[in-house]
Amino acid sequence: MNRQVEQLAATLNCEADRLRHRVVFMEVCGTHTVSIFRHGLRAMLPASVGLVSGPGCPVCVTAQRHIDAAIELSRQEGVVIATYGDMIRVPGRSGSLEKQRGLGADVRVVQSTRSALELARRNPDREVVFIAVGFETTAPATAVAVLDACRDGVTNFSILPAHKLVVPAMVALLASEDVRLDGFLCPGHVSVVIGAQAYRPVVKRFNMPCVVAGFEPANILAGLIALARQAADGEARLENVYSAVVTDEGNRVACTLLDEVFEPVDTVWRALGSIPDSGLALRPKYARFDALTRFEIVPGEDEDHPACRCGEVITGRTTPDQCALFGADCTPLTPFGPCMVSSEGTCSAWYKYERHGATKGRKGNRQ
Amino acid sequence: MTSTDTERIVRAHGGGGEMMGRLIREHIVAALGNPRLNTLLDSAVLDWSGGPVVFTTDSYVVQPLFFPGGDIGRLAVCGTCNDLAVMGATPVALSLGIIVEEGLELSVFDRVLASVAAAADEAGVSVVTGDTKVIERGRGDGLYLNTAGVGSIHSGANTDPKRIAAGDAILVNGTIGDHGIAVMSARNDLEFETPVVSDAAPLNGMIAVLLDAGVKIRFMRDATRGGLAGVLVDITEQSGLSVEIEEHLLPRRPATLAAAEMLGFDLLSVANEGKVVIVVAAEDAERCLKLLRGHAHGKDAARIGRLADTQPALVELITAGGGRRVVQRPYGEELPRIC
Repeated sequence: MNRQVEQLAATLNCEADRLRHRVVFMEVCGTHTVSIFRHGLRAMLPASVGLVSGPGCPVCVTAQRHIDAAIELSRQEGVVIATYGDMIRVPGRSGSLEKQRGLGADVRVVQSTRSALELARRNPDREVVFIAVGFETTAPATAVAVLDACRDGVTNFSILPAHKLVVPAMVALLASEDVRLDGFLCPGHVSVVIGAQAYRPVVKRFNMPCVVAGFEPANILAGLIALARQAADGEARLENVYSAVVTDEGNRVACTLLDEVFEPVDTVWRALGSIPDSGLALRPKYARFDALTRFEIVPGEDEDHPACRCGEVITGRTTPDQCALFGADCTPLTPFGPCMVSSEGTCSAWYKYERHGATKGRKGNRQ
Repeated sequence: MTSTDTERIVRAHGGGGEMMGRLIREHIVAALGNPRLNTLLDSAVLDWSGGPVVFTTDSYVVQPLFFPGGDIGRLAVCGTCNDLAVMGATPVALSLGIIVEEGLELSVFDRVLASVAAAADEAGVSVVTGDTKVIERGRGDGLYLNTAGVGSIHSGANTDPKRIAAGDAILVNGTIGDHGIAVMSARNDLEFETPVVSDAAPLNGMIAVLLDAGVKIRFMRDATRGGLAGVLVDITEQSGLSVEIEEHLLPRRPATLAAAEMLGFDLLSVANEGKVVIVVAAEDAERCLKLLRGHAHGKDAARIGRLADTQPALVELITAGGGRRVVQRPYGEELPRIC
């Protein structure tokens, strides 16, 4: 057994013993969610520390209207859709990009915006549309692709802008009356770009402990220890246990790129509705790279499945096992909502790592 | 230059005429020739000494055709030989079905055939019959292969999941996930500091060493698509027993693990092409491990877990940090995470 992890788990239990009531922390980021499950950390948590997942899975928070717009784009003559992996499976109102691919649409999974732009360069007679999803982690790469396309005069490349910003979503969550949290485990990758200081308004305005953590089991436990300690001491501070990677001010180059290409706009999140200044739109000088404008597509309204509780899951209001569809009608093979589709989705993680609920030796401490 | 001298595959190479004859003689037989194949009869005649025959087939559609550590030709031979080997059989003969797309460079075709020949030589098996079809450009990914194989079963082989018992040991012959990550890196044009190389290899020689030594193997399966997780779940479902594996015992190359972490893959679910999961009685485990480690394809072999009579029957991983979680077979195609 890894001695460091063992010792950290023991320290977390000591801090938890000082808590006067059960606390619930939210891991904002989907990568944290999966890491917690994959490394079996849930079984090591003290009973007085609960974890809920947050709105930090890029696929899960993408509104259905953006999926529908992507599907509509895929049906356009001569269009090649370039997208990150999981997006192809998310169901819109009329199927998914994967289904469209089966019907003949040209949908390519790419690993980077560079590959998407390269596709456009190699296919000058086609229009390549990149589905630009994700948070501050992926948005700078989209900005680079737009700038490169602009510089090189690539005219057959555009993006479907659906990037989102994490901090406005955290603020919106805390502003909801029915969400009660005792602290945020802040996302490591996003924080590399925006810097730890970006969470200071959350700490101040809501008196909410925020701890930036990485994705290794030891670092996650260190983050939870910091949160539990603050909760036990009745404090709310900003801490960074991932300081080897995350600085206070973040990556200035990436932030400058974002600022050059994008401007903040209100955007719709699945389940959270429209959140002020939480999305990124292309600035007017780059507006010609907006696929929605280029192909005159107006995203419609969202019509999520009435029984699907993905929205409540990504806001920490419920857990996947409380959803009537979970594990029966809704499985990774037959997903109703994005949380079961995405490899970083909470429902998917529960189904993969927790489905049977009878894991031996488990302390059963999730809210 | 006439059309017959072209350096690319054309439809006429599959037309049954002189061009096809030249393709077979000058390329396929030239690469894979042996007395049985060279007769170019409709079927190969095999001498059979009696006893059970093991027979299998598999098709290969991997993209790209070449990847670090292997190619479609090596996969086609290793995959079928391994399917025979995990049944306790020695491969005797292979067939090779080729579906090639018009436009493929003949040099690529020849490279793949050379790789088929090298892998067959390594496995000690001959390609004795085959078939070639040329399909219209745009209807395929360049080249598809199908290999069928027959093998004779080893007298000491008696693998059956029903023989698996609580307390049995689970072994694997080396590092997991290398093939899947190598193909993924080639497919997505990813460059890692330390290149990840496919583990594609014929395992029949290594398995024969175990059987010759009298190791009582209860069950074997090669961990291809679905990875180690897929095989372990099969073991649980077929035996009705639980599987418990320990993360710190799993052989994993640091570079493969780092690449998997970057892409968001669980190495347990990533494909292998040269890895076999072996279940033996606990008292046989150390001897089996020693024999495996004495073979080139088993030098990183490890005992990774055990069977237990606990219910419900699950595969569980004890993580390096001492946590526990369920292991399930992957659902469909694994895709890289977004951020």
